[in-house]
Amino acid sequence: MPVKIGIPRALLYYNYFPLWNGFFKALGIEVKVSSRTTKAVLDKGVKQAVDDACLPVKLFFGHVIDLRDSGVDFLFIPRMVSVERKAYICPKFLGLPDMVRHNIPDLPQIIDVTVNMSRNEKNLFKALAGAGKQLGKSGFAIRKAFKRGIEEQERFHRLNRLGFLPHESIEQMENGLLDQNFPPNLSREMTIALVGHGYNIYDQYISMNLIEKLRQMGVNVVTPDNLVDDLIEERSGELPKRMFWTLGKRMIGSAFHFMRSDHIDGIIHVASFGCGPDSFTGEIIERHLRRKRRVPLLNLTIDEHTGEAGVITRLEAFVDMIQWRRAAQ
Amino acid sequence: MKVTFPHMGHMYICLKAMLRYLDIDIVVPPKSSKRTLTIGTQHSPEFACLPLKLNLGNFIEAHEKGADTILMAGGVGPCRFGYYAQIQREILKDLGYEMNMVVLEPPERHISELLVRIKKVTGNKPWTDVVKAIRFAWYKARAVDELEQRAHKLRPREKEPGRVDELFKQALEWIDEAEDREQLNENLKRMRREFARIPADYTRKPVRIGLVGEIYVMLEPFANLEIERHLGRMGVEVERSIYLSEWINDHLFMGLLKVKGSKEARNSAPPYINHFVGGHGQETIGSTVRFAREKYDGVIQVQPFTCMPEIVAESILPTVSRDFGIPTFCLIVDEHSGDAGVLTRLEAFVDLLARKKDKTGEVKGEVECVDI
Ligand code: SF4
Ligand code: SF4
Repeated sequence: MPVKIGIPRALLYYNYFPLWNGFFKALGIEVKVSSRTTKAVLDKGVKQAVDDACLPVKLFFGHVIDLRDSGVDFLFIPRMVSVERKAYICPKFLGLPDMVRHNIPDLPQIIDVTVNMSRNEKNLFKALAGAGKQLGKSGFAIRKAFKRGIEEQERFHRLNRLGFLPHESIEQMENGLLDQNFPPNLSREMTIALVGHGYNIYDQYISMNLIEKLRQMGVNVVTPDNLVDDLIEERSGELPKRMFWTLGKRMIGSAFHFMRSDHIDGIIHVASFGCGPDSFTGEIIERHLRRKRRVPLLNLTIDEHTGEAGVITRLEAFVDMIQWRRAAQ
Repeated sequence: MKVTFPHMGHMYICLKAMLRYLDIDIVVPPKSSKRTLTIGTQHSPEFACLPLKLNLGNFIEAHEKGADTILMAGGVGPCRFGYYAQIQREILKDLGYEMNMVVLEPPERHISELLVRIKKVTGNKPWTDVVKAIRFAWYKARAVDELEQRAHKLRPREKEPGRVDELFKQALEWIDEAEDREQLNENLKRMRREFARIPADYTRKPVRIGLVGEIYVMLEPFANLEIERHLGRMGVEVERSIYLSEWINDHLFMGLLKVKGSKEARNSAPPYINHFVGGHGQETIGSTVRFAREKYDGVIQVQPFTCMPEIVAESILPTVSRDFGIPTFCLIVDEHSGDAGVLTRLEAFVDLLARKKDKTGEVKGEVECVDI
């Protein structure tokens, strides 16, 4: 029986799953992803976390518990300090393995290698190599597996650039899609950019199925993940000071791009209740958009008590408003 | 040019000393008050942390008094502090306030970048004067530290409640007024003499509580609802994990002075927090461990609502509490915080510690978290 490693379907799953999956699979390790989010999964997490933790962290706890109960041998919870030079993810990611360890009992062994590329981008290999060693793999196998992981990740990015959303790209890849050269269906009459943390907008339960709801209203949905990094970097460079949160920078850079694009009819900013970085990035996006007065903006804050009905009403009103604006032009 | 700066407890004394020394025209913002908070909150993002809101209020109130330039510290993450100036600039811009911001960013490569920025404020002052000004500010910071430590020790022991508070206020002024090193030393001597005059019971063994948490709310009495004074009045001896001089050295002088910093506290954090988490999250845990080892009776963590590093620490505090058998209490503050409820809960916590102290041998951690 191969060793089984669990990867929570939460937080940076939506950014790095193909890399991790490709790497571990190439090492002959079985990868088990936690179930899709349900109320039960979330509730378990909420119960184990301090009240003040943000929803995504609570949800992460829930997915860890789900994996623990499904009987994996290892849990992969890397300490994601930084994924690019001189930028970080949120402080909570820096303490994530510690928070998990001290709040959830009876866990299998946690592989909590530190990924810190703020000084040196090669650190990614070092981190995964550390994980491979903990699993008893040879240096040779690790190097090969790393290459495999990077290939998968690049394929993932290509699909995202094509117009798939990350959760769809992951699914397509699981279904065997290697590559394609035409975009997925984006033929609806209106396009709205969804700007927010991947773990908020792609998790169907947490986002209350926001993406599908918009599509049913005849809206194409694009997100920062559909844009190339250089563009995001360039646009976010308009800020007087470089933003030091990778995810926040992506949101701001893409919002700055979307607000000038002729193809974008509206922007929806999705934030977690009480999220530290969102409070700042949201503020910047809102102020810049307001000054430009070009693209309408909808701000959505979600927490465990957000009601689905209210969200639908606001979405519908937003889409209606865009239609009127268009008719008036 | 009229320079102002954000408030953080008694830090204004040091900044004032430094800038005056360089003949810079300054406006000290009115002390942080309910009004400051209301104005700041009104214009800030809802989930911004409390220090940002209060500081924004400081700037607006300073602007009303004629300030046109803001001097403040920056940072490179991962915590929000490093982006405060950027957010505040955007807000002030939309409010139509023309204020110039000079942000002391940690030097990317070399200390000289910081010097260039300081020069922007100091104009043509020779570099040696800048060094002297920094040093003078530093002595004042140390003086404030000493004053606070003396007050912490004496409050639970004074025989006529209120005497320490009175002297504290007075001595702050003495430190603030001193125009040079000599005067400062004179005033410090006077302060020590006055402290010695306060009748006190030095044999009393009070409950001892360690204060940990986010630096700003720890250092700003308005933000922490004057927790130190209240605890002292309840007969508790308070010790704080970090003092003004350490923060100034870390953030304004970029570790220019070789003094014992927060490293010690960080070193005590593993195995609970094994990595830097931004802000003072790791120090919160490390200092709790240290207080527990030094046989303090309890630890209080203060944090602003939505503070990321402190939420990480708060998640892990229960384990430390259990392992060391030290009760902890966490106080979360935001613009809705009010004293009455807090005081009752604080009293209950102090009672618990006092009871525990009587019955020796009982070792059990208790955690209480109060959201105000
Ligand atoms: S970025 Fe926001 S939502 Fe994500 S972990 Fe940090 S505080 Fe939570
Ligand atoms: S330490 Fe907390 S309060 Fe201070 S800037 Fe960071 S998040 Fe805000």
